[in-house]
Amino acid sequence: MRAAMARRVVAALVLSLLAVGIAGAGTTDAAMPVTDDATILHVLQRVTYGPRPGDVARVQAIGLEAWLERQLDPARVDDSAVEGALRAMPTLTMSIADLQREYPRPDAETRRKLAAGNLDPREMREMYPVEKRPARIVGELQAARMLRAVTSERQLQEIMVDFWFNHFNVFAGKGEVRWYLTAYERDVIRPHALGRFPDLLRATAHHPAMLFYLDNWLSARPGYVVRGGPNQGRRAGLNENYARELLELHTLGVDGGYTQADVTEVARAFTGWTIDRPRQDARYLYRPPLHDYGDKHVLGRVLRAGGERDGEEVLALLIEHPSTARFIAGKLVRRFVADDPPAALVERVAAAHRSSGGDIRTMLRVIFASPEFLSPEVAGGKIKKPSEFVASATRAVGAAVDARGALALARAAAEIGEGYYEASPPTGYPDRAEAWVNPGALLARLNFALSLAEGRVPGVRTDLTTLVREADRRQPDVVLARLLAGLLPGRVSEDTRAVLTAQLALPEITRLTADDRGPANTDVAKLAALVLGAPEFQRR
Amino acid sequence: MMLTRRALLLGGACALAATAGPPRFLTRAAGAAEARGKILVALFQRGAVDGLSMVVPHADPAYYAARPSIALPRPRRGDTAAAVDLDGFFALHPVLAPLQPLWDARTLAIVPACGSPDVTRSHFDAQDYMESGTPGVKSTPDGWLGRAAGALPAGGSPFRTVALGARLPRVLRGDAGALALTSLERFDVRAAGAPGVSQRGFESLYREGVADLLHGTGRETFEAVKMLKSAGATRLAPANGADYPRGRFGESLRQIAQLIRADVGLRIAFADVEGWDTHVGQGAEQGQLANRLRDFGAALAAFARDLGDRMADVLVLTMSEFGRTVSENGNRGTDHGHATTMMVMGADVRGGRIIGGWPGLAMEQRFEGRDLAVTTDFRTLFHQVATHHLALPAAAPLFPGWTIPPRTLGLFA
Repeated sequence: MRAAMARRVVAALVLSLLAVGIAGAGTTDAAMPVTDDATILHVLQRVTYGPRPGDVARVQAIGLEAWLERQLDPARVDDSAVEGALRAMPTLTMSIADLQREYPRPDAETRRKLAAGNLDPREMREMYPVEKRPARIVGELQAARMLRAVTSERQLQEIMVDFWFNHFNVFAGKGEVRWYLTAYERDVIRPHALGRFPDLLRATAHHPAMLFYLDNWLSARPGYVVRGGPNQGRRAGLNENYARELLELHTLGVDGGYTQADVTEVARAFTGWTIDRPRQDARYLYRPPLHDYGDKHVLGRVLRAGGERDGEEVLALLIEHPSTARFIAGKLVRRFVADDPPAALVERVAAAHRSSGGDIRTMLRVIFASPEFLSPEVAGGKIKKPSEFVASATRAVGAAVDARGALALARAAAEIGEGYYEASPPTGYPDRAEAWVNPGALLARLNFALSLAEGRVPGVRTDLTTLVREADRRQPDVVLARLLAGLLPGRVSEDTRAVLTAQLALPEITRLTADDRGPANTDVAKLAALVLGAPEFQRR
Repeated sequence: MMLTRRALLLGGACALAATAGPPRFLTRAAGAAEARGKILVALFQRGAVDGLSMVVPHADPAYYAARPSIALPRPRRGDTAAAVDLDGFFALHPVLAPLQPLWDARTLAIVPACGSPDVTRSHFDAQDYMESGTPGVKSTPDGWLGRAAGALPAGGSPFRTVALGARLPRVLRGDAGALALTSLERFDVRAAGAPGVSQRGFESLYREGVADLLHGTGRETFEAVKMLKSAGATRLAPANGADYPRGRFGESLRQIAQLIRADVGLRIAFADVEGWDTHVGQGAEQGQLANRLRDFGAALAAFARDLGDRMADVLVLTMSEFGRTVSENGNRGTDHGHATTMMVMGADVRGGRIIGGWPGLAMEQRFEGRDLAVTTDFRTLFHQVATHHLALPAAAPLFPGWTIPPRTLGLFA
């Protein structure tokens, strides 16, 4: 089965590569290449949060190449439906200053009572209403991220927001970060998710969320003494946290060729990059008195006392470094192709990174046009992350999701191990199968499949009738055939088909009538849950 | 109980025999006599705990000079804010006082300068090395506790190796297989009606087909669900008045104790405890680190109390990827350092003693002029703990590429 699909994929690949060639030659009226469904399904598995009912036909209608180009240029894709739904969440458009004011931390009195443990829940709710707590900010962000994953038409953009957020991870649970998260994702990650890597890197380096999460806002030249304010007289000093993760996780990679001495020098270069009024509007500010004006030796180069420029020069140095291109290329190929990225493709994507000045679209085009991407070896080879599993199941059954439902779905992904904004280490969440496959997490997946199919997720309306296309429930084999066609198109193994067919003999599944005249009413929900829980559905 | 479980496992074996590739736990010779095996509980303080605050070298002349605002007060009888003296040189952080009775009972040993031969100060790398057991080598596919599980003799329980948490940690990866779970109470198939039908359906889906990671995991999942149900582990309330602190870590230890008391064949348990990366405002006898340590100590003390006599079978090993700078930084915190403190707790430990040498905190004694130097390679400690307590062959290859040192640390009689 896999082999047959593989052959179709290869055939289609030749066609699609040809199509790229034709378009590249400037032919405008070339006949639309016909791509087979298996190829389109594979691309949908990798470039979207999984196919919805009817997606294959929609891609066929405009052609795979054109569809991919639209995904690469999300501004051209109308997304008014999801944008309308997002308006139910007021925090998403608010500034840091507004969020600090509208959703403040509990006041000193409330905090004292809380710490002492003598505040009953009712009193607590009155003193500090739930809808005015900072937790609401994170809740709306989690709901918004899931709502977009499930319903946005700009699917590749959402995939890349997730990718870059994990690459430049910050953690909602650390200090002020929760008030900065909204702006960080909206103003830094999202606008550059399909833009240029240098812009993304520079924007993260200046944002209070990153400055706070990795402590750079507190880093100062050795021996600096605070001159005013509540900390007057305190000695501040160098903090290496941001410098280290900048080299290891944001740019060069851990084997990218730097030393502890480089980390310290980079930390010195960024002294003075801080946050002004962190509990109000929290703007990036360069404070000259904090800066270490001595020469810095970074990766064999000397930076000479440029003040704020020192940090900018470090970023420029890292952007140009060949290790950065290779590191970013490796992670992109891992996301779209395979856990163990094919080295030759990584090299080609790294070359595209260098020649395009880190243009993310250019790198993605190299991946999407590569034989490795469409290779039969990789189809179905990636295990879905929990958020990918939850979103793809919800999309596959064609469920209608409101804001409350989106939060419930985000919670479900957290239960399987991936809570949005809840990764505390700067690595973000891993993108490899071993991290996500274990008995506890598998059980959580199966339980989510059941609650989704049985309509038990609050705010998520699952209408399986549409999915089975009005199949007569007295014909369980027809119901099953339509579920498989809808949920696992082209991907169901003979073993899985046999197991599911055997289920049709169970009275609990087909609910035999009392007078035993035959199957009366197939339990579509139970069957659908089994399909969503099947091994094939855990893969993309 | 024992018979039921064996019967269940053998039944499972028969049902599976007809299909491709038996699951990993059955290849461990199911049905062999299950002596009540000893249990190793490994706890990872993620984020690099400040060992110098956990166990304070109050008599080292450089300690107070290096830490003007975050040092712990010298031990003073009757002063609960002061460090708790152990041997005239070292003292416990005041909030770790619940561990003092274990030290006095000689069941707690402390390794104050333990760490990696690798110099990395990256959390990610150092955790990776401490879990793979191969400092400096990234490509090691499995973890040292996973290899320890593989070196155990026959034992058919899917609960033989368990991690509390949603993701399987690197340290437990390996051919022997391991189970990761967040909650015993929720470890079940939950359907609106007839959950048994759904459970059996899912089970069949993972029983058939190729023997890959996903299917193998599926098979283990269902054996584990059935076994947990029949053993009734979740019905066991904490015994002997044990009072676990609220929060993830207390919950983890409470559930590990349930698994031990329910006799489900646990041999290796692993849990994380987070929040040790105290770059800013670390605090001293009160504050951020004190709050984390209070929870940590209270949970360990509750665990020992809960298990009571069963502690005779249990050894607890704590670890952290590295320590923190000897000197406090400009933000009244500490940055990434080198050696840190690890603890070993158990009935067969020669406790009430400091294990391994103390390198000293004077500038010239520090590693790279800034950090506590390593006197005990973590591999030496882990190897001796695992081989002795789990009765593995002394030459068990838990740490590839490393020569087992001939001298013991003297942890065990």
